[in-house]
Amino acid sequence: MKAYLAKKLLAFPVILIGVSLLIFVSIRALPGDPARMMAGPEATQEAVDHMRTRLGLDLPLVTQYAHFARDVLHGNLGLSLQSQQPVTQEIGERLPYTLALAVLAYFLAIVIGVPAGMMGAIYRNRWPDYGVMLLAIAGASVANFWLGLMAMNTFSVELGWLPLLGASSWKSYILPSVTLAVLPMAVMARMTRSSMLDVLSEDYIRTARAKGLSAMSIYCSHAFRNALIPIVTIVALNFGSLVGGAVVTESVFNWPGIGRLLVDSVRYRDYPVIQGVALVAVCGVVLMNLLGELLIALLNPKIRFE
Amino acid sequence: MMSTLTALSARKKSRTAQVFRWLWRHAGITFGGAIIAAIVIAGLLAPWITGHAPYTQDLLNTLLSPSANHLFGTDDYGRDIFARVIYGARISIVEVVLSVGLAMLIGIPLGVISGMAGRYIDLVIMWVMDMLFAFPGIVLAILVVSILGGGLINLLIAISLFAIPVYARLSRNLTLGLKRMEYVEAAQALGLSWYRIVVHYILRNAVGPIIVQSTLTAGTVILAAASLSFLGLGVQPPMPEWGTMMSDGRNFLGINIYLSLFPGLAIMLTVLGFNVLGDGLRDLLDKRS
Repeated sequence: MKAYLAKKLLAFPVILIGVSLLIFVSIRALPGDPARMMAGPEATQEAVDHMRTRLGLDLPLVTQYAHFARDVLHGNLGLSLQSQQPVTQEIGERLPYTLALAVLAYFLAIVIGVPAGMMGAIYRNRWPDYGVMLLAIAGASVANFWLGLMAMNTFSVELGWLPLLGASSWKSYILPSVTLAVLPMAVMARMTRSSMLDVLSEDYIRTARAKGLSAMSIYCSHAFRNALIPIVTIVALNFGSLVGGAVVTESVFNWPGIGRLLVDSVRYRDYPVIQGVALVAVCGVVLMNLLGELLIALLNPKIRFE
Repeated sequence: MMSTLTALSARKKSRTAQVFRWLWRHAGITFGGAIIAAIVIAGLLAPWITGHAPYTQDLLNTLLSPSANHLFGTDDYGRDIFARVIYGARISIVEVVLSVGLAMLIGIPLGVISGMAGRYIDLVIMWVMDMLFAFPGIVLAILVVSILGGGLINLLIAISLFAIPVYARLSRNLTLGLKRMEYVEAAQALGLSWYRIVVHYILRNAVGPIIVQSTLTAGTVILAAASLSFLGLGVQPPMPEWGTMMSDGRNFLGINIYLSLFPGLAIMLTVLGFNVLGDGLRDLLDKRS
């Protein structure tokens, strides 16, 4: 277990260094003169030179990365070109909104997707199973921004039950979080079903049945507990796709999170913000993957004692 | 003579029955394949399917509801939505073929080299792939688009970039498995060239899983491309791309829902087709192995 933990924990900073290097190089790989690109097409030569000095683009690349890494470690991601505010502050103000949406979406996905998957496994090849699977396949195939638009049209525009845009009240959270939850819900339902089916064919389930245990006890405490590992895996490893979904969903609902910040920054060519948001998003995903792997090791003695 | 004919027709019948039985047993492949085939045919035969052109504006007939003349209605420039959705299939086919192709072209050789060479080369290639994998797909694509700019070609590059590690990992794992097979060891003992071993013994046996992966990746590619175009970072108007059309449609919520409804349904149908086909192919492959 200790060796396993050490290996995983050591890989974490290595990936982060690599990713930061990748983001750093890609921003500096802008076609043409990055300083001119950032200063804007109508900027004077003086403004371009000022931008170059301000961003340290006149220094050697290695020095630039050393400064960049030092600043990142001190929590300094530079200033936004658009608002002139520190990027960390911009992200800090918006991150809670994105996290709230992500947590709500995962909550919905687990609360609905897992029981639906269990039902599919229990009623295998009967109509509840077909219904669950049909919904799961449809959920995995739908574009979440389309679903958001349709929901917005029905519940906000036509019926007027929910707010249209922004995050003004608790009601504003309903449509974006449901929209964001659809994909993980579908994945979770399919995963739970297939891992429950694997477990249900095990000998110990037959033994439990032969002992005369109730169906509830067999499904919930014998089968579900063992089907939990793939579910945890999905929650942790699909965090990246949830972040990706949040970027699009936030833009649909004009949600004040970091996803919309990223899209807006691309429009304004605000590279320090793009760089900052990408870095935060990747760190979040890598951290979630690490947590997921540790949790799986805790749940599964086979991995723990390897 | 008669009896030979009867025997021939009976054999023909039994073969047709066999085909139908196979198609019925592999409903996923049949159903998914039919959807994809229909979409490809619709895209290719677009001018013959719809009498309207996708770019022709008719400012006297804007935002019409569906009718016999305009099956899906018209958009804010009076363009026929049905024609735009059908022509949009062409763009989606191009997106899938080019970005999946590009990802395969780069990812598979990297994976095979990684698997065959092992040691440091393997370590470095997989390390780079892990880094790419750490990015949420859309975030990586946005980063690339922010550098290269929008447009169809840059969009395809951005999307293929996040599919590369998928192919690299898959083909590395396949190579590692196949490398230990006796027939590959025999080929090595016979002194066949590295190139021949890879092409004839490794890649030929890795085709199945790679096709399954490509089918599943195709669905992701369509969703990602539509998402980026919807955000205004991919294909630009007036091209009839499904995501771009929905982005236009969001300004008319409550006035005309059809602008967003039909392109979204087209995306869902296409992605569903690829997902069901991919699942069916995977099941078929699993049964065989």
